[in-house]
Amino acid sequence: MGRRLGGRNVLSKRVIACLDVRDGQLAKSVRFVDTKNIGDPVEKAREYYLDGLDELVFYDITASSDGRKIILDVVEAVAEQVFIPLSVGGGVASVADATDLRLAGAEKINVNSAAVRRPALIAECADAIGDQNVVLSMDVRRVEPSEKLPSGYEIVIEGGRRPMGLDALHWAKEGEHLGAGELVVNAIDADGTRNGYELALTRLLSEAVRIPVIASGGAGQPSHLYDVLTEGKADAALVASMVHYGHYTVSELKRHLHQRGVKVRMSW
Amino acid sequence: MVVIVDYDAGNLASVLGACREVGAEAEISGDAARVRTAERVIFPGVGAAGSAMRSLRASGVGAALVDAFQAGTPILGICLGLQISLDRSEENDTATLGLVPGEVRRFRLDDPTLKVPHMGWNAVRVVQEHPVLGGIEEGDEFYFVHAYRPVPAQARHVLAESEYEGAFCSALGCANLVATQFHPEKSGRVGLRLLERFLAWDGVWAGATC
Repeated sequence: MGRRLGGRNVLSKRVIACLDVRDGQLAKSVRFVDTKNIGDPVEKAREYYLDGLDELVFYDITASSDGRKIILDVVEAVAEQVFIPLSVGGGVASVADATDLRLAGAEKINVNSAAVRRPALIAECADAIGDQNVVLSMDVRRVEPSEKLPSGYEIVIEGGRRPMGLDALHWAKEGEHLGAGELVVNAIDADGTRNGYELALTRLLSEAVRIPVIASGGAGQPSHLYDVLTEGKADAALVASMVHYGHYTVSELKRHLHQRGVKVRMSW
Repeated sequence: MVVIVDYDAGNLASVLGACREVGAEAEISGDAARVRTAERVIFPGVGAAGSAMRSLRASGVGAALVDAFQAGTPILGICLGLQISLDRSEENDTATLGLVPGEVRRFRLDDPTLKVPHMGWNAVRVVQEHPVLGGIEEGDEFYFVHAYRPVPAQARHVLAESEYEGAFCSALGCANLVATQFHPEKSGRVGLRLLERFLAWDGVWAGATC
């Protein structure tokens, strides 16, 4: 048996599906602006799990704070029916938010905008729920390199609307230092385009940190996953519309990776 | 009735859901009397050994688990549940239940690119036949999240191994106790199959006694 590609690590590369949930319904964004509802998140989650998905991420994009309680019900229902790791984010601003989601059945908690505004949130969550369970999710856009943004990548928040003048490479390292257990690197220029992941960005950050990097934004074809898990050096590839709209199934993606020599979990 | 032991060591919804998924009636309970009289016990848990043992002592559930074990009740330990079934944990330097001789040690790895905790999908290789692990095929992967690894004192208690800079014990067995370092309730249908086998197991194993 030949040596499997992909890694610094004996663990399998993961295929993760991201479900954006608004008011308890599944939504999918295109370049972070328009969102439309495309079904029941619990049903989708179960479908993907049965088809070999390695991990699920729910992102709550509900605007109102009233509506936020709904995500707890969704998480609870999913935890009881979907037997793979479950990661949840969207609007997590305190240890209490993280703890509520954990009690509802989420393994991992994603922090994003609130951590940019107040980086100590990462350390607080790591202390409370264990650093392996804290995922720093970062939305990144390409910019002209400058003194302030030497990597040429800038952190944006509020669903991509607000640039923060914070260098993405710097933020990734700081996030790791503060105790994040994983990074989600979401390239907003690529988000929803289905033209492929931002390989240069993913590789830059993967090489800069020791924690696992999950590439997000731009997947449209199976070869995009292969590219980001090899050339992009990501530990996991996040997919959304390509599976939500039925263009590909999770098992097709995994077979593609397996056939091309990437170590992925193939029995489920 | 299957009793899933609740001792403030993590969310148990997945374990309960997984039991239901394979058609078993189960209840979550932190009551020592329920644990003592259960037909079958699942002893899960995530978190730190020190606080878990404090909780088990305060509630009397720790003693009930020892009684259930001695009475021959089939017991499945998962993750921290496995670790607590050994004598001692390096985590918080804690004396644990001592159902199986051995201890728990932190991963100390030379390869700086390998992370602790060991988290993710990893293969499990059965090294000793056991009714509960009978469904595991070569290459089957399970989901792990842990920074400490079990080190049974005797090789005859090691049922399965996984690789993380060398082999470590990822499942152990001793009389009517079987325990996994990985999470069957988070390991897809391969994990559910293991759970199903546990739920059908009479607690008798021809291998090691304790």
